[in-house]
Amino acid sequence: MSLEEKEKKLQQLTAKEALLGVAIAVGHFIWWFGFAYGLGGRDPQDYQYILGMPDWLFYSCVLGPVLLLVTLWFVVKFVLRDIPLDQEED
Amino acid sequence: MNIEVIVPLVVFLLFTFAIGIWSARKRTGAASFLHDYYLGSRELGGLVLAMTMVATYGSASSFVGGPGIAYDRGLGWVLLSMAQVVTGYFTLMILGKRFAVMARRYRAVTLVDFLRSRYNNGLVVILGAFSIVIFLFSAMAAQWVGGARLIESVTGMSYQASLFLFAAAVLFYVIIGGFRAVVVTDAVQGIIMVVGTLIIFTATLIAGGGMNNIMTSLYQENPNLVTPFGADGDLTALYVSSFWILVGVGVVGLPQVAVRAMSYKSSAAMHRALLIGTAVVAFMMFGMHMAGVMGRVVVPGIEVADTVMPELTMTVLPGWLAGIVLAAPMAAIMSTVDSLLLMISSSVVKDVYINYIKPDASENRIRLLSLIVTAAVGIIVVAISWSPPEFLIWLNLFAFGGLEAAFIWPIVLGLYWKKANGWGALAAMVTGIASYMIISIWLPGWLGMHEVAMPVLFSLAAFVLVSLLTNRQQNEWAPLENN
Repeated sequence: MSLEEKEKKLQQLTAKEALLGVAIAVGHFIWWFGFAYGLGGRDPQDYQYILGMPDWLFYSCVLGPVLLLVTLWFVVKFVLRDIPLDQEED
Repeated sequence: MNIEVIVPLVVFLLFTFAIGIWSARKRTGAASFLHDYYLGSRELGGLVLAMTMVATYGSASSFVGGPGIAYDRGLGWVLLSMAQVVTGYFTLMILGKRFAVMARRYRAVTLVDFLRSRYNNGLVVILGAFSIVIFLFSAMAAQWVGGARLIESVTGMSYQASLFLFAAAVLFYVIIGGFRAVVVTDAVQGIIMVVGTLIIFTATLIAGGGMNNIMTSLYQENPNLVTPFGADGDLTALYVSSFWILVGVGVVGLPQVAVRAMSYKSSAAMHRALLIGTAVVAFMMFGMHMAGVMGRVVVPGIEVADTVMPELTMTVLPGWLAGIVLAAPMAAIMSTVDSLLLMISSSVVKDVYINYIKPDASENRIRLLSLIVTAAVGIIVVAISWSPPEFLIWLNLFAFGGLEAAFIWPIVLGLYWKKANGWGALAAMVTGIASYMIISIWLPGWLGMHEVAMPVLFSLAAFVLVSLLTNRQQNEWAPLENN
């Protein structure tokens, strides 16, 4: 593989991984926002309680981060690539 | 104040001394003083990288200010604090391996080095270095004041004596140990912060009679406390969401955080760090802010937000455990000021002195100068914190937002957009800082969002527009000659 192709591959890989980061953050935001204001917007006397916490808080701020970590674990394990960082240009 | 509280603090300070000495010894074999002193020769592993990013970013506000506000406003502030979880993975994934590879290729030591090789524009370099020095200096001074006040309240010593003790501890390991000492102490400080969070959360939960009981009491006092909208119902979804920019994705633009993304050893270290970092931020933010809310049931009626956590700690914990928990905000403050101090020093030595004054400075001269500048900046900031001027405290309020508005697009678009050029970056920096200051001063809460939200958009618009208009200005990556 020529240096030019190698450089192009590096550019594509790193751009893809950065976009994946944006996609995860968007999903993360939607989950956080959706449960907080979707469930939390009800009258407080209608709240259900999970582990003693109002349901919106549990889903948005407890279950959310747990699922986020599971997602990140999968991404790290199966998607992100190990590449050498000391790549010479020429 | 009893001895049990002071002992853990003293042990902790002695430990940081040892790390400073160890780091200075380790440097003797390093190939380049500059790369070792300011970047630790780029050999951070996953755990240390995660901890130093979390600890640098998490400051007194995560342990004292934030939970105090949560006490006042209820679960809505817990929700808001959780906007910070995104920082755990976002900075590392966005800057990613491309940033690490480019920084190595161009032997960049500072964030400004990176901007210099990307844009090849003197004004970007000067404005960048200038904003770093001004904003970080004021941010750092405010943290020193916080650190000294905390020691004052825990030990009963005078403010000046507390400041002196705090300064002596931090300056010693930063000056002699450099970046390696900073990140290793950060890792230890991060662990103290996690343990402190676990202890205070658990103790408050037990003291309040369990989660069910606490939530029932809060609901009976004021149903708004258990909603996402705050005790007075004034935390709108838009306002709370806009914190995703200030304390979430915008953190990419903070120089002291970004520089860590060029200092890790391998992509495996980065992968591990984004998992650990996310877990630690989520745990710490949820634990501390929930403790603040639950504290309302345990110790009701506290008027001053900043005294909530110290009072709660002293109430729910025996003395020796309280010492460990109070070491956590101390650790948080130290791990922030040490990074800022080194950051300012690197900007003065590398971005100004070596770039403009003496490009051919010898290794020995750089070595001596780095130590002197770090010491001088430290001493100046202590002198100013002795009786902090109003102006500085005021400026500090704008420090992080200003840096984010200035740097986020020049870094991110510089990495991923081929047409980005120096004039675009300059326009983005000026627009970002200016519109942020204007909105903060004259239009606070404009459009119902935090003041940093719109300037980040304006800065993006200015960047794209100016880059496209001046696209005949070729901007090839320029290698740095004098490293």
